[in-house]
Amino acid sequence: MNVYVLMKQTFDTEEKIVLRDGNIADDGVKFVINPYDEYAVEEAIRIKEQHGGTVVAVSVGPERAAEALRTALAMGADEAVLISDERIGADEFSVSKALAAYLGKQSYDLILGGNFSVDNGSGQVAIRLSQLLGIPHVSSITQLTLSGNQAVVLRDAEGDTETVEVALPALFTAQQGLNEPRYPSLPGIMKAKKKPFGQLGLEDLGLSEGDTAPKTERESLSLPPERKAGRILKGGPAEQAAELVQLLRTEAKVI
Amino acid sequence: MSQTYAIVAEVRGGKLRQVTLEAVRAANAAKRAEDRLAAVLVGHGIAPLAGELARYVGSVHAIEHAALETYNAETYFPAVSRALHTLNADAVFLGHTAIGRDLAPMIAASLAAGQISDVISIEKSGSEVLYTRPLYAGKVFERKRFAPAPGTPQVITIRPNNFAPAEPAAMPGSVATGEYAPPCDLRSVVKDVVRKTSGKVDLTEAKIVVSGGRGVKSADGFTPLEQLAEVLNAAVGASRGACDAGYCDYALQIGQTGKVVTPEIYIACGISGAIQHLAGMSQSRVIIAINKDPEAPIFKVADYGIVGDLFEVVPLLTEEFKKALA
Repeated sequence: MNVYVLMKQTFDTEEKIVLRDGNIADDGVKFVINPYDEYAVEEAIRIKEQHGGTVVAVSVGPERAAEALRTALAMGADEAVLISDERIGADEFSVSKALAAYLGKQSYDLILGGNFSVDNGSGQVAIRLSQLLGIPHVSSITQLTLSGNQAVVLRDAEGDTETVEVALPALFTAQQGLNEPRYPSLPGIMKAKKKPFGQLGLEDLGLSEGDTAPKTERESLSLPPERKAGRILKGGPAEQAAELVQLLRTEAKVI
Repeated sequence: MSQTYAIVAEVRGGKLRQVTLEAVRAANAAKRAEDRLAAVLVGHGIAPLAGELARYVGSVHAIEHAALETYNAETYFPAVSRALHTLNADAVFLGHTAIGRDLAPMIAASLAAGQISDVISIEKSGSEVLYTRPLYAGKVFERKRFAPAPGTPQVITIRPNNFAPAEPAAMPGSVATGEYAPPCDLRSVVKDVVRKTSGKVDLTEAKIVVSGGRGVKSADGFTPLEQLAEVLNAAVGASRGACDAGYCDYALQIGQTGKVVTPEIYIACGISGAIQHLAGMSQSRVIIAINKDPEAPIFKVADYGIVGDLFEVVPLLTEEFKKALA
């Protein structure tokens, strides 16, 4: 099985967001592999361990995303490719076009990615890619079983669980519960340094700047109004419960 | 020139989903006065719903087929695509739901269109339409617009519970039905659907959420929360801590990983309030926190706090709500 994993480097989910000059400040921020992509990396490595083959981790992003790819190599991926070019637009249309240009020239059985990224959160890129490559996809999977040229997956659809049989090659996006990602081992980290690491720009993909011009633009960013701490209810549990229901009715007017 | 704004409708349990009517409202907010509203409805046994949907839009394009009984990207996408093509849609609105999240990027990619996802509000500034959406699960908000490119279609998904459902129009619209044949060699087949939430309120659409954290201590510890939820017709949620500890299914997780909820009332029981959890619920209208630890960060965002043992407080609350709602 040749498995390609789509990855994005994101802020750690415990990071607060600070705006500076209208942009999100990223100095001193801890970066991680997008948690949903981490499930995809883990699943790819498990498939390789069980069925043989290779795992290639691919990311479109700035230079710093190389660190996330190195972590994937240390976990057990065989090869990493960073598509990094400032001329690639920032929206999902642009990123999926760049990925399609790269993957269109590779030979793959499976493409795995996260269900969405915890930063932008739109969940578009992987599904757009499946459409551009002309392969079937199932999003938000919590289990993947391979048999021959077919995959059987469980899809989480707002609490419902669908069992879907899919012919390979196919693309899947990982939902929580798919697996428990491993930590890179020390030998893994050492080995990762010697693994192939490619870096590509627009010309390498056979694309021009116009091909990846974004279709959407950011107008502005704003922080939500900060919530103020409310009041702590006094008295014993029975009084607190009674007062709370009373307040919800008379003060908050929500019941 | 007049354009067509199309809503892709969703059906669940034999009814139109509320998010579909919310999408009608959203499309109405984005379109110009001269633009038309239309809707696409695909499924099996949907004829009565097409008439109902037509009360809200100028025209409904319905595709009825047994192969469209349950959602499968492989069967739905060609049907919806075809309907959108027939309507000559310039903008397409869907709910940011399990179906909409899956279908919208397929539509956008096939049309080489931009897509703005998970929109919570729409405003006009002159001739420009601005779409607001959360980033980092709501730690920050982004206003986006489509790049100026006349003739390029636009795709928008809207977050449930953020737009008021549309009101019926004075004059009902027309209903047209379209032909459809499923692809003959399906590359994917849905073999089985287990409906976990049947009879229960959907987490992302719930008006009230009762949520448990590590403080519930076990899977059984969710029982008092479920009893409270039943009285309130609420959905039950959980923090990552409770999910990681194996007290509940990941489908219940609320936070930056997991689901984002914006209910009228959020009741956090035994949840300390990690930043990643707060991102998923702090846009709730009223937040109630019940926690033993008076220093728990959840109290910094709660409108009402009870410092105490949830196993003592929650059953008492259930009784008080029963009395109040009787």
